[in-house]
Amino acid sequence: MSAQPLFELWVYLAATPLAGLTLTLVAYSVAWWCYLRTGMHPVANPVMISVCLIVAVLWASGTRYQTYFDGAQFVHFLLGPAVVGLAVPLAREWGSVRKLALPIAGALVVGSTVALVATVVLAHALGATPATLLSLAPKSVTAPIAMGIAQKIGGVPALAAVFAVTTGVIGAALGKYVLDACRVRDWRARGFALGMAAHGIGTARAFQVNAEAGTYASLAFALHGFIAAVLFPLGYALLVRNT
Amino acid sequence: MSSFLAGFTWLLVFQCAGEALVRLAGWPIPGPVAGMALLFAALLLRKQAPDAMTVAAGGLGQHLSLLFVPAGVGVMMYIGQVTDEWLPILAAVVVSTVLAIAATALTFAWLAQRQGRMRSRERQ
Repeated sequence: MSAQPLFELWVYLAATPLAGLTLTLVAYSVAWWCYLRTGMHPVANPVMISVCLIVAVLWASGTRYQTYFDGAQFVHFLLGPAVVGLAVPLAREWGSVRKLALPIAGALVVGSTVALVATVVLAHALGATPATLLSLAPKSVTAPIAMGIAQKIGGVPALAAVFAVTTGVIGAALGKYVLDACRVRDWRARGFALGMAAHGIGTARAFQVNAEAGTYASLAFALHGFIAAVLFPLGYALLVRNT
Repeated sequence: MSSFLAGFTWLLVFQCAGEALVRLAGWPIPGPVAGMALLFAALLLRKQAPDAMTVAAGGLGQHLSLLFVPAGVGVMMYIGQVTDEWLPILAAVVVSTVLAIAATALTFAWLAQRQGRMRSRERQ
Protein backbone atom coordinates (compact mmCIF):
# COMPACT_ATOMS: atom_id res chain seq x y z
CA MET A 1 0.00 0.00 0.00
CA SER A 2 1.43 3.37 -0.92
CA ALA A 3 1.58 6.20 1.58
CA GLN A 4 -0.29 8.61 -0.71
CA PRO A 5 -3.91 7.82 0.35
CA LEU A 6 -2.89 7.88 4.01
CA PHE A 7 -1.21 11.24 3.54
CA GLU A 8 -4.31 12.63 1.84
CA LEU A 9 -6.45 11.31 4.66
CA TRP A 10 -4.19 13.07 7.16
CA VAL A 11 -4.33 16.34 5.22
CA TYR A 12 -8.12 16.10 5.17
CA LEU A 13 -8.47 15.26 8.88
CA ALA A 14 -5.94 17.82 10.04
CA ALA A 15 -7.90 20.56 8.29
CA THR A 16 -11.19 19.77 10.09
CA PRO A 17 -11.95 20.68 13.71
CA LEU A 18 -12.41 16.97 14.41
CA ALA A 19 -8.67 16.28 14.64
CA GLY A 20 -7.90 18.98 17.20
CA LEU A 21 -10.90 18.07 19.32
CA THR A 22 -10.16 14.34 19.24
CA LEU A 23 -6.47 14.91 19.96
CA THR A 24 -7.35 17.02 23.03
CA LEU A 25 -9.70 14.40 24.47
CA VAL A 26 -7.43 11.43 23.68
CA ALA A 27 -4.39 13.18 25.20
CA TYR A 28 -6.43 14.08 28.28
CA SER A 29 -7.65 10.47 28.66
CA VAL A 30 -4.06 9.23 28.53
CA ALA A 31 -2.98 11.93 31.02
CA TRP A 32 -5.90 11.10 33.33
CA TRP A 33 -4.94 7.41 33.21
CA CYS A 34 -1.34 8.29 34.17
CA TYR A 35 -2.64 10.52 36.98
CA LEU A 36 -4.81 7.69 38.38
CA ARG A 37 -2.03 5.13 37.99
CA THR A 38 0.26 7.28 40.18
CA GLY A 39 -2.48 7.48 42.83
CA MET A 40 -3.26 11.11 41.84
CA HIS A 41 0.29 12.18 42.57
CA PRO A 42 0.35 16.02 42.42
CA VAL A 43 3.38 16.09 40.12
CA ALA A 44 1.64 13.89 37.50
CA ASN A 45 -0.70 16.82 36.74
CA PRO A 46 -3.13 15.90 33.93
CA VAL A 47 -2.99 19.39 32.33
CA MET A 48 0.79 19.27 32.08
CA ILE A 49 0.87 15.73 30.64
CA SER A 50 -1.89 16.55 28.10
CA VAL A 51 -0.13 19.73 26.94
CA CYS A 52 3.19 17.89 26.51
CA LEU A 53 1.54 15.09 24.51
CA ILE A 54 -0.38 17.48 22.25
CA VAL A 55 2.61 19.76 21.60
CA ALA A 56 4.68 16.67 20.71
CA VAL A 57 2.04 15.44 18.22
CA LEU A 58 1.58 18.91 16.65
CA TRP A 59 5.32 19.35 16.27
CA ALA A 60 5.87 15.90 14.82
CA SER A 61 3.09 16.44 12.26
CA GLY A 62 4.00 20.06 11.52
CA THR A 63 0.51 21.31 12.48
CA ARG A 64 0.07 24.97 13.42
CA TYR A 65 -1.48 25.98 16.75
CA GLN A 66 -4.23 27.88 14.95
CA THR A 67 -5.28 24.72 13.06
CA TYR A 68 -5.29 22.74 16.29
CA PHE A 69 -7.27 25.44 18.10
CA ASP A 70 -10.01 25.37 15.44
CA GLY A 71 -10.99 22.03 16.96
CA ALA A 72 -9.87 22.57 20.55
CA GLN A 73 -11.91 25.78 20.86
CA PHE A 74 -14.98 23.67 21.63
CA VAL A 75 -13.28 22.47 24.81
CA HIS A 76 -11.90 25.95 25.53
CA PHE A 77 -15.40 27.40 25.16
CA LEU A 78 -16.70 25.24 28.04
CA LEU A 79 -14.54 27.26 30.47
CA GLY A 80 -17.28 29.92 30.44
CA PRO A 81 -20.20 27.75 31.63
CA ALA A 82 -17.81 25.93 34.01
CA VAL A 83 -16.93 29.24 35.69
CA VAL A 84 -20.64 30.13 35.92
CA GLY A 85 -21.31 26.69 37.45
CA LEU A 86 -18.89 27.35 40.31
CA ALA A 87 -21.73 29.35 41.88
CA VAL A 88 -23.49 26.04 42.67
CA PRO A 89 -21.08 24.60 45.31
CA LEU A 90 -20.58 28.12 46.59
CA ALA A 91 -24.30 28.69 47.19
CA ARG A 92 -24.62 25.24 48.77
CA GLU A 93 -21.87 25.95 51.30
CA TRP A 94 -22.82 29.59 51.83
CA GLY A 95 -24.00 28.97 55.39
CA SER A 96 -20.54 27.90 56.56
CA VAL A 97 -18.62 30.24 54.23
CA ARG A 98 -20.42 33.30 55.62
CA LYS A 99 -19.17 32.68 59.14
CA LEU A 100 -15.60 32.80 57.86
CA ALA A 101 -15.83 36.24 56.23
CA LEU A 102 -12.85 37.58 58.18
CA PRO A 103 -10.35 34.76 57.36
CA ILE A 104 -11.56 34.83 53.75
CA ALA A 105 -11.10 38.59 53.36
CA GLY A 106 -7.73 38.54 55.13
CA ALA A 107 -6.36 35.64 53.11
CA LEU A 108 -7.64 37.22 49.90
CA VAL A 109 -5.84 40.53 50.51
CA VAL A 110 -2.58 38.94 51.73
CA GLY A 111 -2.54 36.20 49.07
CA SER A 112 -3.24 38.38 46.05
CA THR A 113 -0.74 41.03 47.18
CA VAL A 114 2.02 38.46 47.77
CA ALA A 115 1.36 36.78 44.40
CA LEU A 116 1.47 40.06 42.47
CA VAL A 117 4.39 41.74 44.27
CA ALA A 118 6.60 38.63 44.26
CA THR A 119 5.96 38.11 40.54
CA VAL A 120 6.65 41.68 39.45
CA VAL A 121 9.70 42.17 41.70
CA LEU A 122 11.35 38.87 40.72
CA ALA A 123 10.63 39.14 37.00
CA HIS A 124 11.88 42.75 36.96
CA ALA A 125 15.02 41.96 38.98
CA LEU A 126 15.92 39.07 36.67
CA GLY A 127 15.52 41.20 33.55
CA ALA A 128 12.18 40.23 32.00
CA THR A 129 11.10 42.41 29.05
CA PRO A 130 8.07 44.69 29.65
CA ALA A 131 5.78 42.52 27.47
CA THR A 132 6.70 39.42 29.48
CA LEU A 133 6.40 41.26 32.79
CA LEU A 134 2.92 42.61 32.02
CA SER A 135 1.78 39.17 30.80
CA LEU A 136 3.18 37.54 33.97
CA ALA A 137 1.51 39.97 36.41
CA PRO A 138 -1.99 38.38 36.34
CA LYS A 139 -0.68 34.78 36.26
CA SER A 140 -2.39 33.67 39.51
CA VAL A 141 -5.78 34.59 38.05
CA THR A 142 -7.67 32.10 35.89
CA ALA A 143 -6.67 32.03 32.19
CA PRO A 144 -9.73 33.76 30.66
CA ILE A 145 -9.53 36.62 33.20
CA ALA A 146 -5.72 36.84 32.98
CA MET A 147 -6.07 37.29 29.20
CA GLY A 148 -8.51 40.16 29.68
CA ILE A 149 -6.27 41.84 32.25
CA ALA A 150 -3.13 41.45 30.12
CA GLN A 151 -4.93 43.08 27.22
CA LYS A 152 -5.98 46.03 29.38
CA ILE A 153 -2.50 46.67 30.82
CA GLY A 154 -0.48 46.14 27.63
CA GLY A 155 0.68 42.52 27.92
CA VAL A 156 0.14 39.72 25.39
CA PRO A 157 -3.19 37.90 26.09
CA ALA A 158 -2.15 34.50 24.69
CA LEU A 159 1.12 34.62 26.61
CA ALA A 160 -0.80 35.54 29.79
CA ALA A 161 -2.98 32.43 29.27
CA VAL A 162 0.14 30.28 28.96
CA PHE A 163 1.64 31.74 32.15
CA ALA A 164 -1.66 31.30 33.99
CA VAL A 165 -1.87 27.62 32.99
CA THR A 166 1.81 27.10 33.95
CA THR A 167 1.18 28.72 37.33
CA GLY A 168 -1.88 26.53 37.87
CA VAL A 169 0.08 23.37 37.08
CA ILE A 170 2.99 24.37 39.34
CA GLY A 171 0.67 25.38 42.18
CA ALA A 172 -1.29 22.12 41.93
CA ALA A 173 1.96 20.13 41.85
CA LEU A 174 3.78 21.91 44.71
CA GLY A 175 0.79 22.93 46.88
CA LYS A 176 0.72 19.78 49.00
CA TYR A 177 4.42 20.11 49.90
CA VAL A 178 4.22 23.84 50.70
CA LEU A 179 1.11 23.33 52.84
CA ASP A 180 2.63 20.36 54.66
CA ALA A 181 5.80 22.39 55.32
CA CYS A 182 3.66 25.23 56.74
CA ARG A 183 1.82 22.66 58.90
CA VAL A 184 -1.59 23.89 57.76
CA ARG A 185 -4.00 20.96 58.25
CA ASP A 186 -7.32 22.81 57.96
CA TRP A 187 -8.88 21.67 54.64
CA ARG A 188 -10.57 25.02 54.23
CA ALA A 189 -7.27 26.92 54.46
CA ARG A 190 -5.49 24.39 52.20
CA GLY A 191 -8.20 24.61 49.55
CA PHE A 192 -8.44 28.39 49.73
CA ALA A 193 -4.67 28.71 49.21
CA LEU A 194 -4.74 26.42 46.15
CA GLY A 195 -7.61 28.30 44.50
CA MET A 196 -5.98 31.63 45.33
CA ALA A 197 -2.53 30.92 43.89
CA ALA A 198 -3.34 28.29 41.25
CA HIS A 199 -6.91 29.28 40.17
CA GLY A 200 -8.95 26.63 38.27
CA ILE A 201 -6.20 24.03 38.02
CA GLY A 202 -5.54 24.31 41.76
CA THR A 203 -9.32 24.13 42.34
CA ALA A 204 -9.58 20.98 40.22
CA ARG A 205 -6.76 19.45 42.28
CA ALA A 206 -8.43 20.50 45.56
CA PHE A 207 -11.76 18.88 44.52
CA GLN A 208 -9.89 15.65 43.73
CA VAL A 209 -8.37 15.57 47.21
CA ASN A 210 -11.22 16.77 49.45
CA ALA A 211 -14.71 18.18 48.79
CA GLU A 212 -14.46 20.90 51.46
CA ALA A 213 -11.05 21.97 50.14
CA GLY A 214 -12.60 22.13 46.66
CA THR A 215 -15.42 24.42 47.78
CA TYR A 216 -13.02 26.87 49.44
CA ALA A 217 -10.70 26.65 46.43
CA SER A 218 -13.52 27.63 44.07
CA LEU A 219 -14.44 30.47 46.42
CA ALA A 220 -10.86 31.79 46.40
CA PHE A 221 -10.56 31.30 42.64
CA ALA A 222 -13.78 33.25 42.00
CA LEU A 223 -13.04 36.06 44.47
CA HIS A 224 -9.47 36.46 43.23
CA GLY A 225 -10.68 36.59 39.61
CA PHE A 226 -13.28 39.14 40.56
CA ILE A 227 -11.07 41.57 42.47
CA ALA A 228 -8.14 41.17 40.06
CA ALA A 229 -10.36 41.91 37.05
CA VAL A 230 -11.45 45.16 38.70
CA LEU A 231 -8.28 46.27 40.54
CA PHE A 232 -5.47 45.35 38.10
CA PRO A 233 -6.50 47.71 35.28
CA LEU A 234 -7.33 50.48 37.81
CA GLY A 235 -4.05 50.06 39.68
CA TYR A 236 -2.06 50.00 36.45
CA ALA A 237 -3.76 53.19 35.22
CA LEU A 238 -2.85 54.96 38.49
CA LEU A 239 0.73 53.67 38.33
CA VAL A 240 1.23 54.86 34.76
CA ARG A 241 -0.23 58.28 35.48
CA ASN A 242 2.05 58.82 38.46
CA THR A 243 5.33 57.84 36.78
CA MET B 1 -35.22 17.23 28.56
CA SER B 2 -32.43 15.36 30.29
CA SER B 3 -31.30 16.97 33.50
CA PHE B 4 -27.74 17.57 32.24
CA LEU B 5 -29.01 19.39 29.18
CA ALA B 6 -31.45 21.49 31.24
CA GLY B 7 -28.73 22.43 33.73
CA PHE B 8 -26.24 23.21 30.95
CA THR B 9 -28.83 25.44 29.27
CA TRP B 10 -29.25 27.42 32.49
CA LEU B 11 -25.48 27.86 32.79
CA LEU B 12 -25.38 29.27 29.24
CA VAL B 13 -28.34 31.56 29.96
CA PHE B 14 -26.56 32.98 33.01
CA GLN B 15 -23.33 33.34 31.04
CA CYS B 16 -25.20 35.31 28.37
CA ALA B 17 -26.81 37.48 31.04
CA GLY B 18 -23.35 38.09 32.54
CA GLU B 19 -21.87 39.03 29.14
CA ALA B 20 -24.77 41.39 28.47
CA LEU B 21 -24.43 43.01 31.90
CA VAL B 22 -20.69 43.75 31.62
CA ARG B 23 -21.02 45.06 28.04
CA LEU B 24 -23.96 47.33 28.87
CA ALA B 25 -22.44 48.59 32.11
CA GLY B 26 -18.93 48.85 30.60
CA TRP B 27 -17.36 46.95 33.52
CA PRO B 28 -13.86 45.56 33.02
CA ILE B 29 -14.74 42.10 34.44
CA PRO B 30 -15.16 39.03 32.19
CA GLY B 31 -18.71 37.91 31.33
CA PRO B 32 -18.54 34.40 32.89
CA VAL B 33 -17.50 35.89 36.26
CA ALA B 34 -20.48 38.27 36.19
CA GLY B 35 -22.64 35.29 35.17
CA MET B 36 -21.38 33.37 38.17
CA ALA B 37 -22.28 36.29 40.47
CA LEU B 38 -25.79 36.45 38.97
CA LEU B 39 -26.32 32.71 39.33
CA PHE B 40 -25.01 32.86 42.88
CA ALA B 41 -27.50 35.62 43.77
CA ALA B 42 -30.33 33.66 42.11
CA LEU B 43 -29.44 30.48 44.02
CA LEU B 44 -29.37 32.30 47.36
CA LEU B 45 -32.86 33.66 46.69
CA ARG B 46 -34.07 30.21 45.73
CA LYS B 47 -32.45 28.60 48.81
CA GLN B 48 -31.53 25.39 46.94
CA ALA B 49 -30.03 24.63 43.54
CA PRO B 50 -32.25 22.57 41.19
CA ASP B 51 -30.90 19.04 40.63
CA ALA B 52 -30.35 19.66 36.93
CA MET B 53 -28.02 22.54 37.71
CA THR B 54 -26.08 20.52 40.28
CA VAL B 55 -25.62 17.74 37.71
CA ALA B 56 -24.40 20.07 34.95
CA ALA B 57 -22.11 22.17 37.16
CA GLY B 58 -20.73 19.02 38.79
CA GLY B 59 -20.06 17.40 35.41
CA LEU B 60 -18.12 20.43 34.16
CA GLY B 61 -16.37 20.93 37.49
CA GLN B 62 -15.20 17.34 37.65
CA HIS B 63 -13.01 17.78 34.60
CA LEU B 64 -12.23 21.45 35.02
CA SER B 65 -8.56 20.73 34.30
CA LEU B 66 -9.40 19.44 30.78
CA LEU B 67 -10.77 22.87 29.87
CA PHE B 68 -7.37 24.55 30.41
CA VAL B 69 -5.54 22.25 27.99
CA PRO B 70 -6.18 24.17 24.71
CA ALA B 71 -4.89 27.43 26.27
CA GLY B 72 -1.88 25.59 27.67
CA VAL B 73 -0.92 24.20 24.25
CA GLY B 74 -0.53 27.86 23.20
CA VAL B 75 2.92 27.68 24.80
CA MET B 76 4.20 26.32 21.46
CA MET B 77 3.60 29.69 19.78
CA TYR B 78 5.75 31.52 22.30
CA ILE B 79 8.45 28.93 22.76
CA GLY B 80 11.11 31.41 21.53
CA GLN B 81 10.17 34.15 23.99
CA VAL B 82 9.77 31.64 26.81
CA THR B 83 13.20 30.04 26.27
CA ASP B 84 14.90 33.46 25.86
CA GLU B 85 13.55 34.62 29.20
CA TRP B 86 13.32 31.27 30.95
CA LEU B 87 15.05 32.41 34.15
CA PRO B 88 12.82 35.39 35.10
CA ILE B 89 9.71 33.47 34.01
CA LEU B 90 10.51 30.29 35.91
CA ALA B 91 11.69 32.13 39.04
CA ALA B 92 8.67 34.45 39.08
CA VAL B 93 6.18 31.62 38.55
CA VAL B 94 7.65 29.12 41.02
CA VAL B 95 8.71 31.47 43.83
CA SER B 96 5.61 33.68 43.77
CA THR B 97 3.28 30.66 43.62
CA VAL B 98 4.98 28.99 46.59
CA LEU B 99 4.95 32.25 48.58
CA ALA B 100 1.32 32.96 47.70
CA ILE B 101 0.17 29.47 48.75
CA ALA B 102 2.04 29.71 52.06
CA ALA B 103 0.91 33.28 52.83
CA THR B 104 -2.74 32.58 51.94
CA ALA B 105 -2.98 29.34 53.92
CA LEU B 106 -1.22 30.72 57.00
CA THR B 107 -3.33 33.91 57.04
CA PHE B 108 -6.56 31.92 56.61
CA ALA B 109 -5.69 29.34 59.26
CA TRP B 110 -4.49 31.99 61.74
CA LEU B 111 -7.60 34.19 61.38
CA ALA B 112 -9.97 31.19 61.47
CA GLN B 113 -8.34 29.93 64.66
CA ARG B 114 -8.45 33.38 66.30
CA GLN B 115 -12.09 33.79 65.34
CA GLY B 116 -12.92 30.33 66.70
CA ARG B 117 -11.25 31.15 70.02
CA MET B 118 -13.09 34.47 70.31
CA ARG B 119 -16.45 32.84 69.57
CA SER B 120 -15.95 30.10 72.17
CA ARG B 121 -14.91 32.74 74.73
CA GLU B 122 -18.11 34.70 74.04
CA ARG B 123 -20.17 31.61 74.67
CA GLN B 124 -18.65 31.00 78.12
